Amino acid sequence: MAKVPVQFTLNGSEKAEFIDSGTTLLHALRDKIGDTSPKGGCHQGTCGACSVIIDGELRLSCLTLVETCNGAVISTTSGLSEAGVLHPLQRAFLDTFATQCGFCTPGMIMAAKVLLDHTPNPSRDEVIEALSGNICRCTGYEPIIQAVLTAARSNSQNAA
Amino acid sequence: MALALQTFATVKDANAALKTQGTRYLGGGTLVVRAANEGDVSVSGLIRLTEPSLSTIAVAGDKVRIGASVTMAAIAGHPELGTLAKAARAVGGPAIRNMATVGGNLFAPAPYGDFAVALLALDATVSTDGGETSIETFLANRDGSRAVVTSVSFTLPKADSFRFLKVSRVKPKGVSVLSIAGALELSSDGTVTSARIALGCMADRPMRASAAEKALIGRTLTADGIAPALAAAGDGTSPITDPIASTWYRAEVLPVHLGRLLLA
Ligand SMILES: Cc1cc2nc3c(=O)[nH]c(=O)nc-3n(C[C@H](O)[C@H](O)[C@H](O)COP(=O)(O)OP(=O)(O)OC[C@H]3O[C@@H](n4cnc5c(N)ncnc54)[C@H](O)[C@@H]3O)c2cc1C
Ligand code: FES
Ligand code: FES
Repeated sequence: MAKVPVQFTLNGSEKAEFIDSGTTLLHALRDKIGDTSPKGGCHQGTCGACSVIIDGELRLSCLTLVETCNGAVISTTSGLSEAGVLHPLQRAFLDTFATQCGFCTPGMIMAAKVLLDHTPNPSRDEVIEALSGNICRCTGYEPIIQAVLTAARSNSQNAA
Repeated sequence: MALALQTFATVKDANAALKTQGTRYLGGGTLVVRAANEGDVSVSGLIRLTEPSLSTIAVAGDKVRIGASVTMAAIAGHPELGTLAKAARAVGGPAIRNMATVGGNLFAPAPYGDFAVALLALDATVSTDGGETSIETFLANRDGSRAVVTSVSFTLPKADSFRFLKVSRVKPKGVSVLSIAGALELSSDGTVTSARIALGCMADRPMRASAAEKALIGRTLTADGIAPALAAAGDGTSPITDPIASTWYRAEVLPVHLGRLLLA
């Protein structure tokens, strides 16, 4: 299979790789680049564990071919903490016990981040809508909804 | 699993490349990459297009043209397409809507194709390099279609004449039990003068409820007025059975939901 050159920005740093044509972004991130924060839960678009942010939009990396990401700006959960300090969403997920096995967490956090980037003070319904493509088999969702609302409140307190 | 992806700048070149056996067009990939991930070996190569007109929405008066690569999220967020926002938002969750294209929705087998149901009620026209086809003809012949769909066009309905409903078990996002779209015109005394009703999940692809449409003409949108239409709602349908609902269940609830749509 022919290798194709792919270049994009991942969590602020430039990546350039030769990748097999037809490789998914999920596979490229995890197995080629070594960012294992997006998880492969279903490879079918149904679980949301592989969610990443591409050019400001939430996308499923398991259904995205990496060649279509040339020149894109990609964010994953592994790029959120700064100098060892957790992002407010990560902090809130820990504090409200919104993570158990943790498999869904990076996808949940990406979905929540896109929401808070556009809607800093979301309603509960907006949080539920934003997370509706992400499945969690452990927490029962309520702690996750609370974590996102908590992170939104701590963001607005920091901004005030 | 590896699939060769080829990128073309013109529709003509993409159409030529699509003639190769095993080659499929890549829209948002939510169905075709999913199929490849699942081990569908009938897909060996994908074709993609960078032609900018495929990604644009053009609204001139009440005439709308949506490029085939436009996503559900772009339609849902477009200031002039408010009447269609509900149908666009009915497709998947947020990430799916950022990827799922109009072109791909035209090919989506039941239980998918919710937006195509809306387009069928709007009597949309589907365009390829070879010309224009009515959506009904397009849907009937789509399995043999080997050309890139470039756009869909339709006349924007007045807000109160277009209705859309999707029934799913999981809220806010879930696969359709069924979806229904209706484009209705009423005279000043409230009688129905024209009706187009499209159904999703009532066959392997979106279909019209022709008998119900006929039964609505000259009637008013009251419980009594719509009764004949509800009685005829299931005519010609062959609902799918899947993990969401059985053929029997879909047939049973269709008149209930059509009634809710018409009386809303
Ligand atoms: C988790 C999940 C949930 C979903 N929920 C819904 C839902 O609620 N409602 C719903 O309607 N759908 C749903 N879908 C199905 C799918 O996302 C949509 O139908 C979507 O619109 C398909 O578009 P796409 O661009 O991703 O198609 P692709 O996967 O890119 O393509 C699908 C097929 O259409 C062909 N095709 C695509 N574009 C063109 C074109 N321009 N010209 C010629 N051929 C073309 C492709 O070759 C392929 O055969 C869901 C999918 C997933 C994975
Ligand atoms: S792994 Fe992508 S949605 Fe489940
Ligand atoms: S914490 Fe286990 S799946 Fe969500």
